[in-house]
Amino acid sequence: MSEKNKRLDLSYSQMKWETVFRRILIVMSSIMVLLVIGTLITLIVKSWPTIKSLGIGYLWGKVWDPVSDVYGARPFLMGTLLTSFTALIISIPFSYSVAIYLGEYNTKGWLSNLLKNTVELIAAVPSIIYGFWALFVLVPQVRKLETLLHMPAVGVGAFAASLVLAVMIIPYAASLGTSLIRMVPSPLKEGAYALGATRFEVIRSVILPFTRSGLFAGILLSLGRALGETMAVTILIGNTSAIGNTFKDVFFGPGNTMASVIANEFSEADHDLYYSALIELGLVLFFVTVIINLIGKRIITKYTNK
Amino acid sequence: MDARIKIRNTKSILFKSLIIFLAFIITLPLIIVLLYIIKMGVVQVNWGFLVHAPTPEGVAGGGIANALIGSLIMVGMSAIVAIPVGLSAGIYLSENPGTRLAYYSGLCVDILQGVPSIVVGIVIYFWIVKPFGFSAISGSIALAIMMLPIVVRSTEQTLLLLPASLKEAALSLGVPYHRVMLKVIVPCGFAGILSGIILSIARIIGETAPLLFTALGNVYISTKVTGPMDSLPHLIYIDAKSSYQDQIDQAWGASFILLMFVLILNITTKLITRKWNIQL
Repeated sequence: MSEKNKRLDLSYSQMKWETVFRRILIVMSSIMVLLVIGTLITLIVKSWPTIKSLGIGYLWGKVWDPVSDVYGARPFLMGTLLTSFTALIISIPFSYSVAIYLGEYNTKGWLSNLLKNTVELIAAVPSIIYGFWALFVLVPQVRKLETLLHMPAVGVGAFAASLVLAVMIIPYAASLGTSLIRMVPSPLKEGAYALGATRFEVIRSVILPFTRSGLFAGILLSLGRALGETMAVTILIGNTSAIGNTFKDVFFGPGNTMASVIANEFSEADHDLYYSALIELGLVLFFVTVIINLIGKRIITKYTNK
Repeated sequence: MDARIKIRNTKSILFKSLIIFLAFIITLPLIIVLLYIIKMGVVQVNWGFLVHAPTPEGVAGGGIANALIGSLIMVGMSAIVAIPVGLSAGIYLSENPGTRLAYYSGLCVDILQGVPSIVVGIVIYFWIVKPFGFSAISGSIALAIMMLPIVVRSTEQTLLLLPASLKEAALSLGVPYHRVMLKVIVPCGFAGILSGIILSIARIIGETAPLLFTALGNVYISTKVTGPMDSLPHLIYIDAKSSYQDQIDQAWGASFILLMFVLILNITTKLITRKWNIQL
């Protein structure tokens, strides 16, 4: 073969590789789509028996008793909403403070970096470690508190779980808030200062209104985390499928969340309806977290493109 | 008039103090947890703890070798699956913005990032465990799905930061597309991609929920990837529910080891990104 032909051959093989490479890229990114569609289909198909036989009433059913084949998801929906929103309410002042401090008061320097890295580290610690620590350190303290309030000293329950959840979800809202507050255009702030506003007034009437929707998106991301959080909550929630009678009972007593009931009972499920009832919880959880996350992401993209 | 200004100034200072107080108090829980785990865990850890399988309840000695080996094998296998897939998808997303596939793929990456880990566990249970039985492979695939979104996003973001002239220069020299990507673009963004990979490993090494119904756990040291395998977080979960003091002690030791892995991986990421930022 002549020199020229050899070179032609080489470039042909390169062209072939180029096409193969492009195809690989396309296939790999299609995998993302397939994973999501596959997850959705699997969850729907496997929870179909419950959807068909119990319908929408399943979500409001009060009683969860697999032994007599009665399924109602209300205890878990309530547990999830209660723990997530309590955690969210506890966490908001802290995450806003971190965002305002890092975004406005102290944007550079070692102290700012140290705090930023520490807050990010909160998200890095595995949830099982938070749960395990809280079971042996926080729960006895909660028990003491409950004795003070003249209640049965259970310790584990929605209250303990919410406290730990609150700490775990702070970084998500805080880091997003920090970067958004840093993006507030300085002419706006300077204008307010020039009118004689104090720093507090600038923050209250310029920075916070300007970043409102972005901060809201951060809260949504935190909420998404809290709803799906499994292990720490499973360890701390106490795992009872009965609903307490008074609010005090519900708040301090043991309960269950959607994620924790799946974690606890999925491997014990022994008949089809039981299985599919648990999977429907997973389906609901999937839908709720997906919607919350997508709204949050949408707000962020809209916000940062403006 | 002066009095009003004074009030406003005081208000401003009070607000600042409050913000600083709240911002720093939140590091307290983290510090308490870290110190407590280190205090309880460090006394448990010795050579025997790392190389022995757990002993039955009440028998002295024993360690967490089964979980340690299991965690390393499963995280390694999921990295082998997730890195090529995530890297290619990330390259596609950064190279073809605006195409329909890129839009839906990006959307699905966002969705995957928010999916609760327990749901991933259920799905993998039906995809792999039902037909083939409990195995370390199924656990690894569940972890790989948790890992994918972070790898994809970090690859995409890193490559988008690179100047277009790099690619143009290489292409104008007649270098074929795949070699431009693999030999020029990816190496240039290597630090960013690597930090994304390490961060995703740090995240999945502590994941318990996807492993509950997939890798199942194993009290013996096992390297058989088609059989059940234990992992550090799973061992902590099981031991935490135990009522025997030696199992709880074992969980403190395992938490300490797990925490060290996570801390080291996170600090490595921080160092890489810092270095990378300076270079850019």
